Amino acid sequence: MCRIGSIKSKKYIHPSKVLKLMRSQQKGHDNSGFAFIMQDLGGIFENYKDLPILSMAVTDEGMKYAEDLLHKIGFVRVFQYNLEVCPDSSLKIETMPNYVFEVFQYPKNYKNSSLEEKENLLLDTRLKLRKHLEQNEEGFVYSFYPDVISLKEIGDPNDIGTYFNLWSEEVNLRAKIITAQCRQNTNYDIVRYAAHPFFLQGYTTLTNGENTFYEKNKLMQQKLHRGYIGFESDSQCFLYTLHYVHKILKWPLKYYKHVLTPLSYEEIQKRDNKNVLERIKVSLQNLEINGPNTTIGVLPDGTMFNVIDSKKLRPTVVCKDGDIVVMTSEVTGANEILPTRDISKDIYTNERELVVVDNDLNIQRIAQ
Amino acid sequence: MTTVNINSISKDDLPWIIEYESDKCQLCGRCVAACSFGAIKVDVQKRKKVQAISNEEGFQIDEAQKAIPVIRQVIDANNFCRGCGICTKVCPNNAINVTRNRTEIFGTRYRAKTAQSVKRGGRSNLHTEGRTLDKIKVGRISQMTDPSLDATRHTFDLRTNLGRVVSADNLDFDVENGELKEKQNESLPVNTSIYPIMFSDMSIGALSPRMWEAIAIATAYLNEVKNIPIRMATGEGGIPDKLLRSKYLKYMILQIASGHFGWNRIINSMPYMIENPAGILIKIGQGAKPGDGGLLMAEKNVKLIQEIRGVPKADLLSPPNHQGLYSIEESVQKMFLSMNCAFRFKVPVAIKVAASSTSVSVYNNLLRDPYNIVGGFFIDGLQGGTGAAHEISLNHTGHPIVSKLRDCYLAAVHQGKQGQIPIFAGGGVGMNGNLAADTFKMICLGASGVFVGKLILQIAGCVGNDFGKCNGCNTGKCPIGITTQNPKLMQRLDVDRVAENIVNYITATDIELKKLLAPVGNSTLPVGRSDALVCVDKNVAERLNIQYVC
Repeated sequence: MCRIGSIKSKKYIHPSKVLKLMRSQQKGHDNSGFAFIMQDLGGIFENYKDLPILSMAVTDEGMKYAEDLLHKIGFVRVFQYNLEVCPDSSLKIETMPNYVFEVFQYPKNYKNSSLEEKENLLLDTRLKLRKHLEQNEEGFVYSFYPDVISLKEIGDPNDIGTYFNLWSEEVNLRAKIITAQCRQNTNYDIVRYAAHPFFLQGYTTLTNGENTFYEKNKLMQQKLHRGYIGFESDSQCFLYTLHYVHKILKWPLKYYKHVLTPLSYEEIQKRDNKNVLERIKVSLQNLEINGPNTTIGVLPDGTMFNVIDSKKLRPTVVCKDGDIVVMTSEVTGANEILPTRDISKDIYTNERELVVVDNDLNIQRIAQ
Repeated sequence: MTTVNINSISKDDLPWIIEYESDKCQLCGRCVAACSFGAIKVDVQKRKKVQAISNEEGFQIDEAQKAIPVIRQVIDANNFCRGCGICTKVCPNNAINVTRNRTEIFGTRYRAKTAQSVKRGGRSNLHTEGRTLDKIKVGRISQMTDPSLDATRHTFDLRTNLGRVVSADNLDFDVENGELKEKQNESLPVNTSIYPIMFSDMSIGALSPRMWEAIAIATAYLNEVKNIPIRMATGEGGIPDKLLRSKYLKYMILQIASGHFGWNRIINSMPYMIENPAGILIKIGQGAKPGDGGLLMAEKNVKLIQEIRGVPKADLLSPPNHQGLYSIEESVQKMFLSMNCAFRFKVPVAIKVAASSTSVSVYNNLLRDPYNIVGGFFIDGLQGGTGAAHEISLNHTGHPIVSKLRDCYLAAVHQGKQGQIPIFAGGGVGMNGNLAADTFKMICLGASGVFVGKLILQIAGCVGNDFGKCNGCNTGKCPIGITTQNPKLMQRLDVDRVAENIVNYITATDIELKKLLAPVGNSTLPVGRSDALVCVDKNVAERLNIQYVC
């Protein structure tokens, strides 16, 4: 089972924090990977808030293709950061030749374009790049979006941290939101793309469990938006549903819960807004999930939330201490990095609520 | 000595042979009284009785010719034994029995003698395919990664939708203070939540009023007492005024078929309706006799039926299609629109077609209807039952339902419109008695629900089967009182008992559905979740796009 965790902080934090968060959650033999996404960046990326950052792990050929493609489209590179690695034959890790974070200036003809137009350009570019890299086995592109970097690798999470020197705060990577998972897709093929967190246009999700309605979700989603691709993990469906509900349909976040785990027909009849709820239930019946799952998500504005299935109750705990909120699937992780918090204020999300953390770290429990 | 009449129908031509043991018979006459087909009669048999009588001179042989009363099988092209076995049921001494005549020559003799096609009721009696649904197993069981549910203790939401569903981007809600609001004056098509099993459309006429009433009572009871929102389709021909004007109308799906029978009464009742019906079903065709219209023989068109339908005593032959409809688009504009208008767009209007090689194109077309007024797509497969049809239609026309359902569902997936016109599938669903298993598998293959008819009659006591037994629904002489208008035969049916049995069966089915949902770890209907299924037949698996296992 995937262990997932996220940290939202008022101050910039280092990825070693999520390594610590996830280390204590390792379970048995399954230490098969580590992946994280950093949003609202500080450190070396702090001065490039509005510019898209390409995160990828590629061969030299893949790197060259990516540079040529972006150059051809009109992107101008303004900053590149290659992760320094510390190779050691004792480390359990499957590596790629290059791990790259590149910051680009938008093409000139996008100078006056809207955010939406820019987002579309970034998405189309990433999809094109991904398709080529996949076909030629030249690498993986995880995100291409402003103020976001991503890294996913196969191996022991401790060793992955060591390989990228992430245990040390010398590496000046900082962010106010970091989401992470310490496992690969162990039950199926080990594929880098299958590792959480998943990211699309400012939206991030991590999910554990088994999406028993994966087939329904997938068949529906792949017709809804060109960005809904891959499906290497049944948990990607949670990202696409979030993106669809919040960004495409522009519905308030609380309706994400109504789409994932709609109330029963009988319960809906008792609600004042029954017409709306019934419409949502039938129109998006194919995006329903039936658990067991817990999902941690991040919105483009930095809001972090948690929602769980309504039947099998996969746990997540939401903990706060001072300027940090942690959401994680095992409380041991929270104990590791917030040992002095008041545990009586920990929240275990229930089956009929959405727990939301805003940028001031106010925690709101929204009953379904 | 008379010449042997080779060309007459003889006893061994008949489909069922009566076996009678006179030494066991006490001549009570119950079998003859009970045989609704007039297939047996009381007769006398000439017997030579020889006996030895002792006397003073020794003994003497006494020879006497005697007439012994016996029960005899009628040898006739019309009043022949259908094998219903009622005689056996009523015989106190087990003196009479029926056995199937394996020669299967009767149809040939009948046609040769009468110049008529063979007609009967029931289902197809040809068994050439094997049963697809029985080759499919619920094979994706939650183990470890995903806990199974507890069928007894968990709550399940066993509801499906009837009514046109619009895509989410067409819901076009307003956002006010963080809440979604329906736009004022925005008219979206009606959706209704119902049980995924529906009582199929069997008319008053095809069924006796008592049988129809029993299903209606069961429907009301399941809704009002058992909290199982099952719906009953009325069949062609209308329903009684009293029901049209009662609160129970909300459980009934009114059918309009090509004969339009009964609609004069329905329309006249509309101002007095206190509830909307649950739906309107436009019947284009049925699976048991696709391309053929309804058929109610004059024998069954009794006074009550004539009143409800507004017709004289005659054979009622509905045309094979709706006169005046020449295309799918036209049907949408004429029938769907007018029916929607008639009920102020508050009642889902669905269509029922016989499964056919062309079903997908019809469904594709309806999915593209820009008015969003097609509220359901009912497909009926070749193993559906009927009250009366030509045997050639029953045995040799039609399309199996399972692959057709799958094709239609996947066509909707291809358009990205799955679920937008819910598919209800029927035609052999529950024919092996396992309604829950069939329903679950059909739902996983893409059905929003199923409809079931013949099984309900079997629950009521129908003795017919798919191996030639009885199938006399067309004659109006149903020995159980199910498909007859004969007042005496009708009395054989205990309305309350039948209603109770139907309620019990559906209650048991509800439990069994949960016993299938629980192990796959679902608490709501897994519509289209075909990964829950595996198949032991490679060809079937490939055709349905599910996993082959062995």
